[in-house]
Amino acid sequence: MMGGTLLVEVAGPATTVQDLGRPGAAALGVSPSGALDRGALRLANRLVGNPEGRAALEVVLGPFVAVPDVDLWIAVTGAWGAITVDGRPVDGHRAVRVAAGSRLELGAATHGLRYVLAVRGGFDGPQLLGSRSTDTLSGLGPAPVVGGDRLVVLPTPRRRIPPLDIAPWTRPDDGERLVRVSPGPRRDWFDAASLQRLVEQSWGVTADTDRIGMRLDGTPLERLDPGRELPSEGMVAGAVQVPPSGRPTILAADHPVTGGYPVIAVVRAADRDLLAQLRPGQRLRFSTG
Amino acid sequence: MTADTSTGPVLRAMGEEAVLLELALLEDVLLVHRALAASRPAGLVDLVPAARTVLAVTDARGPALAAVGAWLLATAERALAPGVGGSTGAVDEAGRRSDTVIQVRYDGQDLAETAALLGMDADGLIAWHTGRLWTVAFSGFAPGFAYLVPEREDETIGPPLEIPRLSVPRTTVPSGSVALAGTFSGVYPRASPGGWRIIGTTDAVLWDDAADPPGLLVPGGRVRFVQVPA
Repeated sequence: MMGGTLLVEVAGPATTVQDLGRPGAAALGVSPSGALDRGALRLANRLVGNPEGRAALEVVLGPFVAVPDVDLWIAVTGAWGAITVDGRPVDGHRAVRVAAGSRLELGAATHGLRYVLAVRGGFDGPQLLGSRSTDTLSGLGPAPVVGGDRLVVLPTPRRRIPPLDIAPWTRPDDGERLVRVSPGPRRDWFDAASLQRLVEQSWGVTADTDRIGMRLDGTPLERLDPGRELPSEGMVAGAVQVPPSGRPTILAADHPVTGGYPVIAVVRAADRDLLAQLRPGQRLRFSTG
Repeated sequence: MTADTSTGPVLRAMGEEAVLLELALLEDVLLVHRALAASRPAGLVDLVPAARTVLAVTDARGPALAAVGAWLLATAERALAPGVGGSTGAVDEAGRRSDTVIQVRYDGQDLAETAALLGMDADGLIAWHTGRLWTVAFSGFAPGFAYLVPEREDETIGPPLEIPRLSVPRTTVPSGSVALAGTFSGVYPRASPGGWRIIGTTDAVLWDDAADPPGLLVPGGRVRFVQVPA
């Protein structure tokens, strides 16, 4: 069966094509990229019978409106908001058939920040280092999605849509979230009080939050030697960097491959997905447990 | 180049899936990275050299972090042991076969001023730049941007030149600009802002999405600059 296309009418502020990214290319200067909420990407793909690493849309906040030119199975995971097909509400976290010419709309997310919209077959596009992801830092991969784009859908996979009615899910939590961290390589650049302050205070998520990093607001952390310079060193997604302002930035998938700010802690892999759903103004607390 | 034992190789955890190996000198990073690349364990996700460090990244399917740390440390200590002093002949041979030649028109707008800063004339700077074998120490800044260091082929060359950056970075440096800063040379893979001193221009393609690997210069690779008419 032919894949067809999806015409994007309203893209929202920062919609990109994402799969599981291109890890392993940092030595070439290439960020890993890929969906920030990887669990949501995997689930959305499975719901429509795709291999879990197919390219889907990461829709930040919404609203988002698109019309397929063929009958198309879709699934929406990640953020929670009103999802409609020709105005009729449909559920997230399940495979939904959208008829050719119907209007699929994801309303502005009311919980969480990033929808993942997977289509059966996955989105097509040139691959670079095994990935179709947009890297917003370096501009590798396809340009961000804008209204008027016509996205090509790959042919339907052989695998069936799994016969489950609905996947268990809970809406993203809007309250203060606990984010577990492991020690970072430069925690010895900070005094005991700052290490305490990292985990004791509630940090605010600022509006300065994107695919490169998330800036936090709170009582600043202080370096033992403010004049000391760190030669740039390799970075990872989840690294909690402390710039001279003392307000940490948590690096996300499109982070620069090296950085010169000391890393005090690193968010545990299992907690990185929840970062993707934190909204500006929401609060988080780090835990070393 | 061996590390002072007091600042010898140190491991620093970078979360649960990565570990940073810290070394005393950039020269040590070059030596150790070469040894690490030659003995890289299967399943390691990434090996990222930088100015004083090599970051090794694994994941749930890759080797355990403790094993990665042990490999980093043991390999570093072996590579930096007195008397080892560099690579084996076999590695050297392989390296030389893959030398990348970059043809440069030495028409950069900072050529004369940079030469003067270094107490030489433009021809002297060109001779210095083309007379060295350069090694890709690490990448960064942009895909395909390589930090190149001059290889000290013998002890007569002396310490590396230290070249100050422009006091005011340019908002746009054209793609293909060949530049100097600090102890590094580099080639801008595409137009971008930059504060390095531009000494020339090349048509070499530093980054090509369709190539495998897409970057022309990878860490450990070696480069010779060759002058072509401006």
